[in-house]
Formats: sequence, C-alpha cells, structure tokens
Amino acid sequence: MDKGTLKQILLITDGCSNHGEDPIAMSSLAKEYGITVNVIGILDENSTNEGGLKEIEGIAQSGGGISQIVYAKQLSQTVQMVTRKAMTQTIQGFVNKELKQILGSGNSIESLHPSKREEVYEVVEEIGETVQLEVIVLVDTSASMRDKLNTVKESLFDLQISLNARSGENAFSLFVFPGKKSDVEKLLDWTPKLEKLNTIFPKLTMGGMTPTGPALREAIHYFNDKMNIRGNSNGDDEFTEQWAD
Amino acid sequence: MVMTNLQNNGQINLTPGSKIVGKWNRIPYQIKYMLGSGANGTVYLASAQNGNVAIKISKESTNITNEVNVLKKLSQVQGSILGPSFIDVDDFTHPYTREPLYFYVMDYIEGKNVFTFLQKNELEWSCVLIAQLLSKLEILHEQGYIFGDLKTDNLIVTTGPHSIQWIDVGGVTPIGRAVKEFTEFFDRGYWELGTRKAEPTYDLFACAMIFIHLHCKKQYTKNGKGINQLEEIINQNKSLTLYKTVLLKALTGKYTSAAQMKKDLLMCEQERVRKQSVHYPQTSQNNKIKPAQHSQSASRIANKKNKKKHYWFETIILVLLALLGYSLYFYYQL
Repeated sequence: MDKGTLKQILLITDGCSNHGEDPIAMSSLAKEYGITVNVIGILDENSTNEGGLKEIEGIAQSGGGISQIVYAKQLSQTVQMVTRKAMTQTIQGFVNKELKQILGSGNSIESLHPSKREEVYEVVEEIGETVQLEVIVLVDTSASMRDKLNTVKESLFDLQISLNARSGENAFSLFVFPGKKSDVEKLLDWTPKLEKLNTIFPKLTMGGMTPTGPALREAIHYFNDKMNIRGNSNGDDEFTEQWAD
Repeated sequence: MVMTNLQNNGQINLTPGSKIVGKWNRIPYQIKYMLGSGANGTVYLASAQNGNVAIKISKESTNITNEVNVLKKLSQVQGSILGPSFIDVDDFTHPYTREPLYFYVMDYIEGKNVFTFLQKNELEWSCVLIAQLLSKLEILHEQGYIFGDLKTDNLIVTTGPHSIQWIDVGGVTPIGRAVKEFTEFFDRGYWELGTRKAEPTYDLFACAMIFIHLHCKKQYTKNGKGINQLEEIINQNKSLTLYKTVLLKALTGKYTSAAQMKKDLLMCEQERVRKQSVHYPQTSQNNKIKPAQHSQSASRIANKKNKKKHYWFETIILVLLALLGYSLYFYYQL
C-alpha cells in the first residue's frame, strides 16, 4: 500500500462563531475534500454555553471528526487524545470501506468475529504509526480566550511530542482567527516542529469577532494549495484522495 | 463521534445481578459489582461457571481488541505472570440502553490498591514493590514491549504473598512505536525529559515517579524547571533522599535496563538498612532512652522527625515529673 497522508483540522475555540460563513457548512465541505475536522471546546470553570456546545458538536460531526469539551487545565491530554482518536477513526473508516468492498455492504470491523478483529486492528495500528499526518491548527483568539492562550500553547507542544514519537512524518500549520487585519491569519507555515510558538504566541493581540467559518474555509484552501503543489511535483496523491468519504 | 462527557468517557452502568451473554460464544456471566472505571472502559467483577472473573466492558471495540491482543501476547511468555490471563472476548447489547458493547473476560486478581496497602504497611514496602515491578518490566522489555501507561492507579498488591501486579494493559506498546496512552505525572514527555517513543527508559522514568508518588502521596504539576523541580521534590522528602541517585538516573534515562535500576535500588535499600542498624546504639547513647523504645523508632525513616520531637517531649515530661516530685517532697517535709 502506498504511504498516504491524513489531513486534519484541529479547531480550538471557546464559543460561538458570529461572523462569516456557517462553520458547519465549511466543515462539511472539508469532509468532502477528505479532511477531518476535530473541535476542542474550552469551557470556563463556572459557565455553561449551550449554543457553543451545540455548534462544537455540529462542526465535528459534519467534518467527520471528534469533538471534546474540556476545562482549560485538561487541555494537553485532550488535544493529543482527540488527534490520535480521529486518526484511528479515519483509518478505520478506510479499512471498513475496504471490508465492505470485499465482504459486501453492511459489513464492518464490528461484524467480524472478535478473534478476527485482532488482525484488522494491527493493520490499523500499523498505518496509524507510519502514516504521514498533516494538521492545521485553528486557534480562536477572540477576547474571551485571552487567559487560555498559554494553556493552548502548552497543549500544542504536547501534541507535537506525541505525534513526533511516531515513525510517520508530521507537518503542522497554525492559523489564528480573527487575525490582525483579516478574519484569519497564518502564523506558522508547514513545519514538523512547533518551537516557534514560543516567540509567536506572546505577540498575539486578542479580541474581535469569532469568524469560525472563514477560518475553516481558509484551512481547506491551504490544504488544497499544498496538495496542488505536491501533485504537480510528484503526483502521489492517489492514496490521499481515497481517504475522502 | 462526540465525546461530551467531561469525566467519565464511556462509563458503562450495569446493576449487580445483570446477566451478560456474549453474542458469539454464548457464555453467560453474572455481574457482581464494579471494580473500576477508566477512559477505555469499565471493569466488573462477575461470576462465571468456574468462579469469579473480571470483565472489562467498553463502548469501543478497538479498546477491547487492543487489550485482548496484548493479553494474548503476554500469556505466551512462560513461567511468569505478566498480567491477568485472558479467558474470553465477545459482544453484547446493553439490556436497557440497547447500545452495542464490547467486552473481554480475564482472571480476577484479588488485591489492594498500592496506596491502601501502604497505609496499612510500612513504607519499606515501597522499595520491595518497585523492585518486584522492575523484575516484571525486565521480562516485558525482553519481549519487545513497554508497559506505557505505568502509574500508581494501575498497580495492585495481591493478597497471599504480597506481590505487585499491573491491572490495565491497554498502554502496552511495542518498542520503537509511539506511546498512545499516558498519564501526565508519570510521563517523561510532560516533564520535558524525553520523547514519547516506546523505549525501556520510558517505563523506568514512570517507575521513579511512582516511587516519588508513593512517598510524597501527591502528584505535582510542572513548573517548567524540568529535572531541577523533580530533584527539589526528592530533596524535600527525607525518605526519598536515600534513593536520590537511583531516582535521578532513572528520571534522566541513564538506565538501559530495568535490571540495572533494580540492582541500584536494592543497593540503596541495603545502605539504608545498614545505616539504620549502625544508627541505633549511637542514638541510644545520645538520648539516654531505654533500648525497648528503639525498635519502634527504627521502623520508619519517614517518621524520624516526629520521633525526635517525641524525645524532646519525653524529656520535658520527665523534667516536669521530677520537679513535681521534688515539690511534693518539700511540701510534705514542711
């Protein structure tokens, strides 16, 4: 099997979008391109935000990803867990599709006898360990996120430690929304390491609207641009497209 | 997939007395009570045809498949117990919620949580237990795996001959791969003291942290100073300072095998025992206290400080008693 690439958007936010396109529509679009959208909602210790929670779940569901609501202090473990789970889920989705082709529709890993699942599981694990992973991180920098930014930074470092322990390659890119002059601003171009965050994060200005939809749109564009460049140079995107549902 | 629960991801509630019959193998089990619950599932004590078993139930089949894979591999290692033995794996539907659930059945190992055990037993046990743990790890590492999510919560002390046993094998990872499951306090990545690649040194770091946890009874959060913070913690705890060299070596990844660490740990322990026995007559001379009280004072280094205060207290009482005696004597003389 050709070594493929898994593409994920990791959206870190604490509330409702209030500007630009419908984020759920953008997330559905991402899914069509074979990009998984995961959402982590950061909760304040003493607030419940029904509308925000609903949107967070909606974005992840339509983006074929995972959503998780956490308190700021649990963020690190959650970020790496969500990314990993989403990765496994995507690979499993792919394996399930193959199984359906072999065994007929209605079949999935769960319809195998438990003792037969072991081998399938090992294949999923193997791919998860070696597959190339591209993650665009979208960080909400509206005013209410101000005191959570340091935790976000730490959790991204932590994510990098976890993912770089795999033998597959990783590439991260970081966008914040709203940006200084536009809805979305790119802070980090594709890089395997996130050390630069230390110099970038303290300079961030927080405040303004929450343009979650435009941020997702921008991330999709960025992925597609990268794919086009890569496609022109060595054309190894066959597998990548297979991940699209 | 939505994971909205904040605390109990995937906790499964089954009332005592519930019957489970596997969909594939049709073996019946009766739930007795819950033994524990974690991110990957809930463990119940249940009765099977041949006695008590432990059943781990999860909403996700991958969790179950992973652990069954590990248990089967570990049971191939002969002549050593590297975990509970595997009995059965199957699916069933929750009687009330109708959701599909996945489970596996293993031996029920009776034991106490390490903390509960150490509350009732002397702290010296901590060294014995860690040495036992290191022996197990040595065998596991030789098989090409690391334990991964090694932490105090995952360890029990069996009844009968006390020995340490790990109970959750979900984090076992082939050497060279990425560690999938970890707990911050016991994870070297969290402390910025190494990668999350599965290497024997990853487990040995966790072992040192377990030792610290057992002695300090507290899980610290990092302050960014890395190894210096951990060294400070060791320095602040008298019962840990004796093991400082071993702990620091393990925390900085200097041991290449569990056997090496075990050897050094046992040397420290020997040194501690030797120091104590030499210490005896000296203290008894200095403080002029009957030897009978000494066998107690020798038992715990951790309580040394308290014991010293105790001596002071006794001295003051003695002086007061003497004064009282004197005053009574004078009173009656007059």
